[in-house]
Amino acid sequence: MSTEPRLIQGNEACAEGAIYAGMRFYAGYPITPSTEIAEILARRLPQVGGKFLQMEDEIASMAAIIGGSLTGAKVMTATSGPGFSLKQENIGYACMAEIPCVIANVQRLGPSTGVATAPAQGDVMQARWGTHGDHPIIALTPSSVREAFELTVRAFNLAEQFRVPVILLMDEVVGHMREKVTLPQPGEFPVVNRVKPTCSRENYYPYKADGDKTPPMACFGEGYRYHVTGLFHDESGFATEKPEIIDWQLKRLHEKINQHLDEIITYTSEETEDADLVVIAYGGTARAVSRAVKLARQEGRKVGIFRPQTIWPFPEAAIGELAASGKKLLVAEMNYGQLLLEVQRVAAGRSEVHSCLQSNGELTQPDVILTKIREVYEHAPGN
Amino acid sequence: MLPEIEQYFRLEKLPHMWCPGCGNGIILHSLVKAIDKLCLDQDRTTMVSGIGCAARASGYLDFDTLHTTHGRALAFATGVKFAKPELNVFVLTGDGDCTAIGGNHFIHAARRNINLTTIVFNNNIYGMTGGQYSPMTPNSCRATTSPYGNLERPFNLTELAIAAGATFVARTTTYHTKQLTDLIIEGHKNKGFSLIEVITHCPTSFGRQNKMGTPADMLKWQRDHGISAMRYENLNPEERADKFIIGVLHKTEAPEYTTEYQKLLEKLG
Ligand SMILES: Cc1ncc(C[n+]2csc(CCOP(=O)(O)OP(=O)(O)O)c2C)c(N)n1
Ligand code: SF4
Ligand SMILES: [Mg+2]
Repeated sequence: MSTEPRLIQGNEACAEGAIYAGMRFYAGYPITPSTEIAEILARRLPQVGGKFLQMEDEIASMAAIIGGSLTGAKVMTATSGPGFSLKQENIGYACMAEIPCVIANVQRLGPSTGVATAPAQGDVMQARWGTHGDHPIIALTPSSVREAFELTVRAFNLAEQFRVPVILLMDEVVGHMREKVTLPQPGEFPVVNRVKPTCSRENYYPYKADGDKTPPMACFGEGYRYHVTGLFHDESGFATEKPEIIDWQLKRLHEKINQHLDEIITYTSEETEDADLVVIAYGGTARAVSRAVKLARQEGRKVGIFRPQTIWPFPEAAIGELAASGKKLLVAEMNYGQLLLEVQRVAAGRSEVHSCLQSNGELTQPDVILTKIREVYEHAPGN
Repeated sequence: MLPEIEQYFRLEKLPHMWCPGCGNGIILHSLVKAIDKLCLDQDRTTMVSGIGCAARASGYLDFDTLHTTHGRALAFATGVKFAKPELNVFVLTGDGDCTAIGGNHFIHAARRNINLTTIVFNNNIYGMTGGQYSPMTPNSCRATTSPYGNLERPFNLTELAIAAGATFVARTTTYHTKQLTDLIIEGHKNKGFSLIEVITHCPTSFGRQNKMGTPADMLKWQRDHGISAMRYENLNPEERADKFIIGVLHKTEAPEYTTEYQKLLEKLG
């Protein structure tokens, strides 16, 4: 990989990050604003011995990557709103059967076909709860081209480590934005591979896990001859309806994530130490917020920014700390208040929670956020 | 069970969950006999199934087995086969699974001519959910959702497969077990997408609702209505009306998808 800085798009950084992470199997269906990921990978994957497959729809794409993952490949698909909706049933299958895979969702304005080319962040809750039934999920959200690369690599690492689907929640702004970046050299960034069983076939229980709750995963075709199903199953992988086993399985699926929150959750915070007001923002919106915060500081207002890179599991501890310190919180996002609900829940009345919401197909401008900052900042609590 | 086929079953998972007299077990038996005759490596053979009574077949078989979501078996199987073309991949799917919710994947798998051996367990009904009509339920037949007789027309599945690009297309019944084994063998040897439609009897739902009698009566119906192309040729249109041809219906050669992709990799590599 070249050490020269390159001017590339967020979507390209995502595709390159995937290849860097070892992804060699992509299946997808074109949809704006994610299509470049497919187009780039259609060209790049065969060059590195990888497989690119354009399926007949998003349901099939999601199914195909699960099949690919079971043979041992690192796999991914990319889509946007309408396609993300179609993938949900099989995302649930990947949660249940514990199949490592990465789903990039470059968010566009919805509901329905909405506006194909307009930025939005309306899929935050769908990323969390889009598939039916209780399930944990990991979703990462980058806000620069460089970060699109880094978080894509991380998405694969987490998927492989925990045997889960990981959602890379991009948005149109980050997907289509161009920035100059120097892509990391091989070895510069850790790359994680799933743990495989070392025991004999007779001793292999595909869903039996040790302390870390993630079972080793055998590849199809390597002689383990095991069963995979979306039905509740016991350690051997076969279906069961026994309440105590269902309980064991569902708890383990949650624990394997919840035991590792410190590893999974990352965020950045700038100038929050002395701040009276902290703006919470992610993805494309965080860029406008950074600018607004800078301007607010110049005006003498003590404002900081907290930016989750891991959006699910929600960075509850860090935001809880901010709330406990009594700082005012302002959530800025391109939807009608989705992460806001989580911040309100965690703040639990310990601090004021305000919002700057926009969902009209335009990126929220720094001056809109600045106006809101001034308003919230000046306002005494309770007024 | 014959000792030579025992090795292909997960014996501890038997008895199976199917109703007494269900045709699905017969298909399974013919399938493992075909696998035995083909001398396939058990460790390098994958069974992919969807959701339904038929799709439960995968769990009883001692291979890598993938029980997927309703209608999507072919899409999962496409992923397995494309990622690891050296695996033998069989798809076990019901008529509803394959032709209703999975109809789109079916025509596209056939179009790609990807090397999958697909066995459709056609019992003309949604068995698992209690007997609603499927796209393979004949016109005027009864189902719980067609209490006055089915107003819709069924697919001609084999014609659909041919039109979509499948390179091996055959049909038989659970009465013709030896032919079924032979067709699976031939279908598997085909380097491309193979469809074997098996008319099977569901005494519990389709049979009961359409007064078809005992499982044995349903098998006799299959014997009397499934006929060879040669016999069919000699019938007049009236005699043909309730008959269907069994045997190989279509066989041709076309580029196979994973092979074509491999060629691309070699060209670029
Ligand atoms: C998405 C989805 N829709 C509906 C169902 C319910 N369902 C389960 S099996 C089935 C029909 C199966 O019919 P068929 O494929 O013909 O298999 P059979 O049971 O007759 O062997 C349906 C509708 C489901 N499991 N998932
Ligand atoms: S409902 Fe029909 S298809 Fe299902 S197991 Fe019973 S007899 Fe077989
Ligand atoms: Mg059926």
